[in-house]
Amino acid sequence: MDNLEGLAAEAAAKISAATDAPTLDQVRVEYLGKKGHITALLKGLGKLSAEERPAAGAEINRVKEALSTQIADAKQLLDLAAVNARLEAEKIDVTLSGRGQQAGGLHPVTRTIERISAFFESIGFEVVEGPEIEDDYHNFEALNIPAHHPARAMHDTFYVDESTVLRTHTSPVQVRVMESSEPPLKVICPGRVYRCDSDLTHTPMFHQVEGLLISEESSFADLKGLVEAFLRSFFEKELNVRFRPSYFPFTEPSAEVDIECVMCNGEGCRVCSQTGWLEIMGCGMVHPQVFEHVNIDTERFTGFAFGMGVERLAMLRYGVNDLRLFFENDLRFLGQFR
Amino acid sequence: MKFSEQWLREWVNPTVGTDELAAQITMAGLEVDAIDPVAGVFSGVVVAEIVATAPHPDAEKLQICRVNAGSEEVQIVCGAANARPGIKVPLATLGAVLPGDFKIKKAKLRGVESFGMLCAEEELGLAEKSDGLMELPLDAPVGEDIRVFLGLDDSIIELGLTPNRADCLSVRGIAREAAVLNDMAFTDLDVAVVAAVNDSKLPIRVEAGADCPRYAGRVIRNVDVSKPSPLWLQEKLRRCGLRSIDAVVDVTNFILVELGQPMHAFDLDKLSGGLVVRHSKADESLELLDGQTLTLREGSLLIADEQQPLALAGIMGGEASSVCSATQNLFLEAAFFTPDLLAGRARSYGLHTDSSHRFERGVDFELPARAIERATALIVAICGGEPGPVSVVDSAPMPERKAILLRERRIAKVLGMDMAASDVESILAGLGLTVTRVEGGWEVIAPSWRFDISIEVDLLEELARIYGYNRLPVRPIQDALTIRPATESKRSLSALRQQLVARGYQEAVTYSFIDPAMHKAMAEGIEGVELLNPISADMSVMRTSLLPGLIKTAMHNAKRQQPRIRIFEAGQRFVKGDGGLQQIPTLAALITGRRTAESWNESGELVDFYDLKGDLESLLSVAAGEITFAPGSYAALHPGQCADVFCDKVLIGRIGALHPSLQAQWDMVNPVYLFEIDQKPVLARDVPKFSELSKFPEVRRDLALIVARELPAADVLQAIRGAAGDCLSDLKLFDLYQGKGIDPERKSLAVGLTFRHSSRTLNEEEVNQSVAAVVQTLQEAFGASLRN
Repeated sequence: MDNLEGLAAEAAAKISAATDAPTLDQVRVEYLGKKGHITALLKGLGKLSAEERPAAGAEINRVKEALSTQIADAKQLLDLAAVNARLEAEKIDVTLSGRGQQAGGLHPVTRTIERISAFFESIGFEVVEGPEIEDDYHNFEALNIPAHHPARAMHDTFYVDESTVLRTHTSPVQVRVMESSEPPLKVICPGRVYRCDSDLTHTPMFHQVEGLLISEESSFADLKGLVEAFLRSFFEKELNVRFRPSYFPFTEPSAEVDIECVMCNGEGCRVCSQTGWLEIMGCGMVHPQVFEHVNIDTERFTGFAFGMGVERLAMLRYGVNDLRLFFENDLRFLGQFR
Repeated sequence: MKFSEQWLREWVNPTVGTDELAAQITMAGLEVDAIDPVAGVFSGVVVAEIVATAPHPDAEKLQICRVNAGSEEVQIVCGAANARPGIKVPLATLGAVLPGDFKIKKAKLRGVESFGMLCAEEELGLAEKSDGLMELPLDAPVGEDIRVFLGLDDSIIELGLTPNRADCLSVRGIAREAAVLNDMAFTDLDVAVVAAVNDSKLPIRVEAGADCPRYAGRVIRNVDVSKPSPLWLQEKLRRCGLRSIDAVVDVTNFILVELGQPMHAFDLDKLSGGLVVRHSKADESLELLDGQTLTLREGSLLIADEQQPLALAGIMGGEASSVCSATQNLFLEAAFFTPDLLAGRARSYGLHTDSSHRFERGVDFELPARAIERATALIVAICGGEPGPVSVVDSAPMPERKAILLRERRIAKVLGMDMAASDVESILAGLGLTVTRVEGGWEVIAPSWRFDISIEVDLLEELARIYGYNRLPVRPIQDALTIRPATESKRSLSALRQQLVARGYQEAVTYSFIDPAMHKAMAEGIEGVELLNPISADMSVMRTSLLPGLIKTAMHNAKRQQPRIRIFEAGQRFVKGDGGLQQIPTLAALITGRRTAESWNESGELVDFYDLKGDLESLLSVAAGEITFAPGSYAALHPGQCADVFCDKVLIGRIGALHPSLQAQWDMVNPVYLFEIDQKPVLARDVPKFSELSKFPEVRRDLALIVARELPAADVLQAIRGAAGDCLSDLKLFDLYQGKGIDPERKSLAVGLTFRHSSRTLNEEEVNQSVAAVVQTLQEAFGASLRN
């Protein structure tokens, strides 16, 4: 049986020397295969006496088991090494950029309208749109602005013909809503509006969001509450808000809304002309004359309306310092609003 | 409206300072736009008299003046041409500091010592420009600080008034507001009657009574208009932004600012016969005070004499009858014109004057006679003269002042709070309204100067305004929830936008009015809506397509070296149709340049038609209708690379390459691809409906078909769907080949057909039959053959 120990030692040496799976497998075949040395020893047991046989067999099987285990362990190590080698070979520079399109972006005006709409939709307002080429009646008459009314001069209207204009505000959409549905109503109307004016601080087209709420119990106090909540939500800040009497033919009482300047926190700066306040929107209780045009009972219902310039809100929110940038559509500008 | 704070304080003088006063009136709805000092910041300037002058020995333009400064006599070297003995002028004494921190020190001018400086208006910040020394009245007290003498510690307050508040276009009106805001009594001006000293009267005939319900006038004889207005009058007007013209005009302007009553003075000797207030007839003309000659339209309101028009009533006087320094006899006019009938008249002639501004908005109809008395007193004091009696001609009823019922419960309903009766009464009475307590509220009558108060809510506004908007309650949002269905059969435009953004598109917003040249190039003969008054010629047509705006945006960015442009826009386009103007919500996109951003793993390939089509298809993939494409034809697009897009066979848009000649014309280096589709069909989608998953295997067969090169692949696929039977579950065109090994007139299309039955396994025979049917159909329809 000296032969057995010698074989075992020889095989163990070969197993640990094997550096790849095929070599290891050759070792396995050489010793444990059908024609392997250990297998041959097992086959040779028959030549032994019945007394010798069990002990010899057990001895050979012990060596065989030990070699099998050694081979399996070596195999595992070799496999692991192979996997590691492959992983090493497949290593890439993960800091290189990926393939394909990068995201574009929304125009800051759209982005702002969507934020405004989200606020109002969350409290049950419906978003409604309407025609941009509008008739004189809906843009002016129905809103208590008859021909030659001094307020018309404030609007710098674009005309298509004598009785057709580019809407100067989105209020006509509200008139259309009141014409076609019964109160109570809660709508906001975002969209393009047009005024015949072009300089540093005016573009002939800009955007407004106007809102309208009509119910049996809406008062100026509700208007103030809503406007304050909106502005604080929009600017994500508990800012001071004040209401200043103003005049719009379609609301009464009417107010301009000022917020504490978001650039200087009300300290006074160039943006707020050192006043600490920024004029941000207009609002008021719907004028009875407007209700009468659309046959809404002025005794039963009250309502309020508000309107804001989207570009102005976007400029203040994002710190844009030139209105005209919004319509130049320079990708270096637009790309900043991802 | 500009006014001097001091002038206001002559009327009502609350204890608050300038800033607080401005804040008060702003918060009452009279917005203060600006507060400016009436003069520059300076000190050490006194009233002085030039006692004697002598020429400078070495400088032709300089004079050596002996100047009495009150406490002493000093020598001043002065270069002003009007420096002469006897006049009184401002003297900046040694140590004085003039605007711009300019310190006055002893100086030598061409060798002669000068102990101070004589000043012009400009140097004291009293005028933008001035010519020579400022000449003070001869009775000015020598030695007095000029700031005290001229009352320069005053501010010019500029109001941006809303059109409803015509009553505040005067010091009187603003004073009334200031008084009520400070809980002070307002005392109206006590206008003394100036007794007539003769019976000189000009006959007045009002033919247009509806336009001019009240016309008042007075003759003043033997005035002397040759001397300038007194300094106090000039200063008051200057601080209200009005230039001194002559004493008579200055007085009428003074009344305009003080009481808000526009007035006019005629040179009586230039009139023929009496005055007529009438409408203009055809072919009349009038030379206005500003020198322009108007050809009048019929029906404009005129002040005329028996011969000719004299003035455009309520707007501007005429040159021919105007007062000048030689005028001896005056006719003063103050009228009430009906606001609604005057509105728009000035604008229709391209005019806008202080007078028309007020009359259009409404002037106190009780003022004319009082204004005339006030003006007479001033004119007589300054220019002398002998007034005749005041004539007042009323030709129509004055505007009605009906009693308005103000209900307590309405105050609560609209303002959200109950207001104490004492507050209601003191606010309204303070504003000059007549208030009578009645059951449940008050009866209120508006005064003659308020044209914005006729219904209950007008009173609510007054209460809210004076009480203070910011003292009114704030109620947090509270409302019954309205639950609307969560509509699933409609996608939002926002989702569409996000889809494009995720695919690398940047949204643009372009003007709705475009360049007619670009419109013509892109609009395919569609007539655009033109603006009557465009802001400029290249922004004069309403877009019938969103593509010109996107192309212009691409051009702008290409000029700025953007190698890759992917943009879209959503908005209305405006198309004239048989049923009138259509305003169609549209979505359009444009790509040009590199397919992807420059990167280590990109080869820099340019985009092609299929890049854009892929993006469009992804947008359309959830649309409710069946989307199909067919070759299209548009003059502005590449004839071989453009398609019409259909939804359920209705044309909804187009996609294609910009025509190479337009691409070159607009300096685009790379091909430009565009699509434009109507939003409506794209936003509609089906609510998903579940169908059972088949448990049975699918069978796929691939076919390589040889067809004519011109044959649209879509036709082939449609024919296959028609012929393959119900078990065709998927169809793919996975290869296109044309070239070597194939007839140059033909192409090879490789299609993969997948078959599956929902309730059993398909057998070989069935699939073979379906494929055979497909092959036969294609052969018959298109002469297709199978490729070996």
